[in-house]
Formats: sequence, C-alpha cells, structure tokens
Amino acid sequence: MSELTRLTAAELAAKIHSRETTAVAVAQAHLEQIAATDTDVHAFLHVDTEGALAAAAAVDAALDAGQAPASPLAGVPLALKDVFTTKGVPTTCGSKILQGWIPPYDATVTRRLREAGIVILGKTNMDEFAMGSSTENSAYGPTRNPWDLHRIPGGSGGGSSAALAAFQAPLSIGTDTGGSIRQPGAVTGTVGVKPTYGGVSRYGLVAFSSSLDQGGPCARTVLDAALLHEIIGGYDPLDSTSINAPVPPVVAAAREGARADLTGVRVGVVPEFRGEGYQPGVVGAFETAVEQLRALGAEIVEIPCPNFTYALPAYYLIAPSEASSNLARFDAMRYGLRVDDDGARSAEEVMSLTREAGFGPEVKRRIMIGTYALSSGYYDAYYGSAQKVRTLITRDFESAFQQVDVLVSPTTPTTAFKIGERVDDPMAMYLADLCTIPANLAGNAAMSVPCGLAEEDGLPVGLQIMAPALADDRMYRVAAAYEAARGGPLMDSAPRLEPVR
Amino acid sequence: MPAISREEVAGLAKLARLSVTEAELDTFAGQLDVILQSVARVGEIADAEIPPTSHAVPLTNVFREDVVRPGLTQEQALSGAPKSEDGRFRVPRILGEEA
Repeated sequence: MSELTRLTAAELAAKIHSRETTAVAVAQAHLEQIAATDTDVHAFLHVDTEGALAAAAAVDAALDAGQAPASPLAGVPLALKDVFTTKGVPTTCGSKILQGWIPPYDATVTRRLREAGIVILGKTNMDEFAMGSSTENSAYGPTRNPWDLHRIPGGSGGGSSAALAAFQAPLSIGTDTGGSIRQPGAVTGTVGVKPTYGGVSRYGLVAFSSSLDQGGPCARTVLDAALLHEIIGGYDPLDSTSINAPVPPVVAAAREGARADLTGVRVGVVPEFRGEGYQPGVVGAFETAVEQLRALGAEIVEIPCPNFTYALPAYYLIAPSEASSNLARFDAMRYGLRVDDDGARSAEEVMSLTREAGFGPEVKRRIMIGTYALSSGYYDAYYGSAQKVRTLITRDFESAFQQVDVLVSPTTPTTAFKIGERVDDPMAMYLADLCTIPANLAGNAAMSVPCGLAEEDGLPVGLQIMAPALADDRMYRVAAAYEAARGGPLMDSAPRLEPVR
Repeated sequence: MPAISREEVAGLAKLARLSVTEAELDTFAGQLDVILQSVARVGEIADAEIPPTSHAVPLTNVFREDVVRPGLTQEQALSGAPKSEDGRFRVPRILGEEA
C-alpha cells in the first residue's frame, strides 16, 4: 500500500498544492489500492480510471501553470455514492432497473466536486435506491466491512464508508434519509455528516424520500469532512428546497474544536437511546465519550426526548410513502430497463413486468407499504399520524436546544453485524436506524464521529452529535474536540487489508 | 388478526404496477403484516390537535426569471430510452384492442 493512501485529504491537498507530489500520483496510489483490495471489499460499482486520471492531470497542469488551487481540496480523490448522476459515467442506484444507464447530466454535487478540482475515482455501492442499513440490498452484491470482511459496512452508503476504511479514498459522498451516512460511518470507524436539510443540493440525487434525503460528506477525520462540506454545500436554484443562506462555517469550527476546549458548551444526553437492544460495548464506548466531553470542559445534562421512540415507526411510513410516489418514474418508457416488450403486451403490462424484474425485494416492500399508507381509508391512521409524530419530534428537538447546544447518543445500537444475519427480518434491519432517524424527520444537522471500539468484539462504535438546523458548525466543533481528545482518527488503528493477488 | 391479507397485498402490487409472483405474495404478506402492525404505533401519540408536518423546512413556491437556458438535446434526452424511433420514445401500445 502506498503511504499516500494513509494521509488525510488536508495533508494530500497540502502536498499536491506545494508540488511535493502530484494529483496524478495521488490518484494512481488510490486506484492501485482499489485494484488490490476491492475484490474483497466491493466498495465500488464502477471505477472511472480514465476520468480520474484526466481530472488529476488537469489539476496538475493548472498548478504547474502557476494558477491557485481551484479549492482547498483540489487534486484530492473521492468516491461518489452511485445515487448522484454523473454525465457520461454509469449511475445505477444499486438497482437492476438502471443497469447501464449513462446520465446525460451532472448532479449539482457532482458539478461542484468537478469545479473544485476533486478527482472522482468512481461510484460506490449502496442498498438499492438507498433503502437499507447493510448494503446487502444492492442488486450487485454486498460490500464488506474492511474491519471484518464477514460483516456489513452499514447502509445504505456502505460503499462510501468501506472505501474510506479500506484506504481506497480519503473522501466520499453519501446520502442520509434515515441514517445512511451516519450508521455506515459508525460501523466502519469513519466520520459521516448529515448536513441540515436543504444544506446540500438534491438536484441530480435520485430521489428516495424527498422530504428526508440529504447528501453529505464522509471522511476519516472531522476536518476533512468539514472541508468537503463547504465545497458541496450552499444554495442551488435547481433544488426548490435548497436553503438560500451561507454555508455554516464548519471548517473554522473544526479547527477551533481541534484545540480541545469545550468550556461553556452544553451537551445533552438523550436517555431514550439506551437500554434494551443496545450492545453493552456500544453503551460503554458512548459513556466513556461523554466523560471525555466533560473532561474537555463541556457541561453534561440529561435531556429526555420522549417522542424519539416513535421516530422509527413514523419514518417507516413517511419514507415508503414518498418512495412509492418517487419510484413511479421507473416506468420502462424513457430510460432504464424494459422487459417483455413483445409487441403484443400493453404499456401497463410491460411496466409491471419491468418493475417486477428490475426492483429487489426491499424496494418492492417499501413501495407496497407506501401505497398502503397513502390509500384512502388508511391515510389518516398511518401517513397522517406519522406526520403528527414528525411534529412532536421537532418539538422535542426545539425544547432540547433551548437547554443545550448539542445532543449526543450512540449512532446505532450495535456494532457491524454479520452479513446475512438480518436479511430475512426487515424489522430487525430497521432497528439499525433507531437513533439516526429523528434528525431526518426534523431536518436538523447530525453527524457520527468514531468513538473507540466495543469491548466485546473490538469493532468501531459511533458517537452521534446532533445540532439545530443551520448550526452544523456547532457539531463540528464538538466532534473535532472529541476526536483530538480521543487520540486522533480511529482508522489509524484499523487492520490493514492484505492485497488480493 | 393480521393487519393485511394476502389478497390486499395482491391489490397493492397491482396498484403499484408490480407483477409479483405467487411465492412473493406469500413472503410479502407475512412481512408487510409485521411491519404494518409495528408502525401502527404512531397512532398512540398522534392526537387530533397536533398539526401534521410534511416537510422540515417551510415550503414556499419558488419562482425564477422566465429566460431561455440550455436543456438536453433531443439526442441526449433519448440516449437512455429502451427504444426510440424518429426522434421519439417508442412505447408499447397504450390503448386496448377494444376502442
């Protein structure tokens, strides 16, 4: 493994911009690491070697010509979740229904990455249409956790988290509808951030649940995530729910936090996220983290959020309802798969047969749940009630943030579970998102930062930090302080994967 | 009593344009029943006077200037089509035999 792959994005950028190394050399080192390890890990659905090297060469040419770097991360490689459109590069969303689709346009996130000189290495594996917590719902096979290849890397963004943990990329992009950035971050020992809803454009992000979907940065350090956050964030007229306000100063907050002083910061612990179903090693690591925050000068108080326990059922009504509508676009007419079009069958028959062939079981389950929850006679009891719970959860947050600056909890109740363990039990799988969903329903910012290893299995645990809407910088400050106090990035202690020959 | 029957699941699949198999119906009926019974918990706290939230940020209609801007070319728009003909999407028949 080239030592270039062990560096942080900030370190790589410094070396590239000072011409100590080149963007091409950095891209090549990561492409080699992908070639050596991805047979085992399967983080990528598509590696764009040619595009990555061309983008890196362009960054080098501009720097050699004396131009200033296009951004603080110009020349640094990144792995992009396969749910963002990329012009001329396949985009599948982990689904057979989009196999072979080459989008004719870039998502806003993709465009901003390119304009910043970030080198996109390829597209990462994910649960089909981002529905899942293990990446086992990908139509192209599961991704494996670099800490233990028999275990899941989280989901839906398991490819993006595993790419970081396997040192295949120093940066990646995920999307978080119910925890799909934070839970993969937690179980792979990496940092995952769900910005405030509307903070990062959804244009070109293939929609799952539009009122919840949020793209965000993933990295191995808090500062790297912050640097990426400022590049992808900000107002976009092409997204009607984009926030027309400056991006919170997350980089400055991460740098301030690194000084490891949280004097005067009030941290609330959510008591509802403990107890039955929580692995003792996860609770142990979390409690140690809370004590470290206290030692950094933070004031710790317990803040009950009684309605949070209803977030999971509300989410599994709202998200499928929106999905059942959003996924109606896959109709076998204008793009994507079409099967059994024999000239005799009607459009409706071809549509039904194509959707049957193109969607996997979890997508079908959610479409049917959503169709049920929105149907007349059930609407008030299911979808309508879920929307009321959403109000109550938002009120819990509002009340909490009158008393504290941030809330903390474990990111997910257990460490990475074994591949196959929960595939036949949808409700058990859904529990992985128990702690992350409230922030999606209320739209506020939340992130997961590595919080040591669980005592019983030696696997990574995540500390979730939640902040009010538009106060993303607050959680970065706390996360950076905690990261520094804990002893730097957790991935420095991860096992090194043996290359496959 | 189950929240949802096998026949209801078949009806949902038809509404959702999913031509599910008989075997899938057996599996999905049991799973959807478990899921629906679990998520029905939302009714426990959803009192009548609580206003519903459809969206985390208040939505207002967004306008833009009515100016021409570049869009996809015809070729780009058709590039992903399963079938096309004469610059159009070619689709299976929409009307039945009986007019």
